[in-house]
Amino acid sequence: MTLEVPRTMPPKPEIPRPAQIGSLAPPVVPPPAAPAAAPAAGIEAGPAKVAVETREFSLYYGARHALKSVNLDLPEGTVTAIIGPSGCGKSTLLRSFNRMNDLIPGVRVEGRVRISDLDVFSPSTDVVELRRRVGMVFQRPNPFPKSIFENVAFGLRMLGLRDAAELEWRVEQSLLQAALWSEVRDRLGTSALSLSGGQQQRLCIARCLAVEPEVVLMDEPASALDPTATARIEELVLQLKSRYTLIVVTHNMQQAARISDRTAFMLEGALVEVDETRKLFTSPSQRLTEDYITGRFG
Amino acid sequence: MERHFVQEFEALKTQLLQMGGRAESIIGKAIEALKRRDPALAKIVIEDDRAIDRLEIEIEERCVELLALQQPLASDLRFITASMKISNDLERVGDHGVNIAGSAIKLSAEPELKPLVDIPRMATLAAGMLREALDTFVRRDADRARQLVKRDDEVDALNRQLFRELISYMIEDPRSITRAMELVLVARNLERVADLATNIAEEVVFIAEARIIKHHAEQGAEGQRLGVPTPVREDDFGRT
Repeated sequence: MTLEVPRTMPPKPEIPRPAQIGSLAPPVVPPPAAPAAAPAAGIEAGPAKVAVETREFSLYYGARHALKSVNLDLPEGTVTAIIGPSGCGKSTLLRSFNRMNDLIPGVRVEGRVRISDLDVFSPSTDVVELRRRVGMVFQRPNPFPKSIFENVAFGLRMLGLRDAAELEWRVEQSLLQAALWSEVRDRLGTSALSLSGGQQQRLCIARCLAVEPEVVLMDEPASALDPTATARIEELVLQLKSRYTLIVVTHNMQQAARISDRTAFMLEGALVEVDETRKLFTSPSQRLTEDYITGRFG
Repeated sequence: MERHFVQEFEALKTQLLQMGGRAESIIGKAIEALKRRDPALAKIVIEDDRAIDRLEIEIEERCVELLALQQPLASDLRFITASMKISNDLERVGDHGVNIAGSAIKLSAEPELKPLVDIPRMATLAAGMLREALDTFVRRDADRARQLVKRDDEVDALNRQLFRELISYMIEDPRSITRAMELVLVARNLERVADLATNIAEEVVFIAEARIIKHHAEQGAEGQRLGVPTPVREDDFGRT
């Protein structure tokens, strides 16, 4: 049975916003658009809350020591880029935040990873709930072979949301946040696979945002896209940071420089340096970092 | 879709214009201090220059950051590199204002040598050129910028004339030498301000057209092509 989506969205439901549906928190009212980045953007009075933290975190693929005692503190509401040559462990680190590495046989971890109040690798952690709070966008857009609407609604349905009006409203909000709504509003029932690569990637972002994560992980989100689509994804990342904490793995250093507040440089499984992006790209503290970003190696 | 970095560039432009406004005002105040023989006003100029120096540092840091973080190309790149040079030029305008203020303080302690006629005229021309240069920067108007470069000749002519006049004062009465020299220096500083305004205009042509016209580069090349002799080099006092 295909979902029939009305041509014009119904008015927002009169019912008061429910406090909780399953584990879904009430929708956050979108804040006014973030003002232009002044030098102090993202820095409010008092120390920023740490959203993501790793302490002496190590990971082994069997005998191979893939991540070496990584210590990282990522503040809430920021974009952190992870850069480094191929094989340095950046994707491995990223996949640790939502325990995607669990799917690889022979993986062993040491140390600790925290997302806000949650100990990621604790045996009592609900991995499904973890992956709702920590969403992920992959290098190649991977929409489900369903309609645009169903792609975004899927996660909500899995969480137990049944009310049609609520589903429609949340799908619209997610597509708005992903800067895709205006392009697809009249064809929500059509197949997601009919969208262009850039649109598919924004759909994947909308799908991820629909379940209201706190952290959004992006693994080379634009490397499969052309320059214009890449530019749109980059602008989107800059807009999203007012509401989420983003971690972006990228092999494109210039992209890291353009979109991130902080940048972490990794080499052979170790974190070499992490600093404010403006500092790391103008005067890095480590020789290795300078050599990498100036193209002396890697 | 407006890109994020566009706002950063606008902020840089605004800061440069702010700096330009302050530089203009410094020259105006310094000449007022000279005309009114007012050492207190002259001291304010010296304070005002500190703000200009701070702006230059901020702008330089901002430009380096923009180059690193945004990797600008084409006219964006030219805009950033030219902005660094323009802020440097404006900082020197401030310094010339401070020099003039210094002369004003010294001259206010002595009897007036002569009524000031040419110096205020030079000041009006130089300040006007500065304002015009910043205007062409805002509009990226290369044609008006080129026109501006030619106006430098008028200021140079006034400078030479004043120099000759003050020499004759000094020959007539050696007791006037200290004061006359001070006025020569003031004129020299104003002539430099006009030069800096033409520098800014030349940077504007670079931003707009990617052409470097300084050191008479255009005239030189064009002139050689058309069989016209290249302009003779003169120093600040019109001597070749």
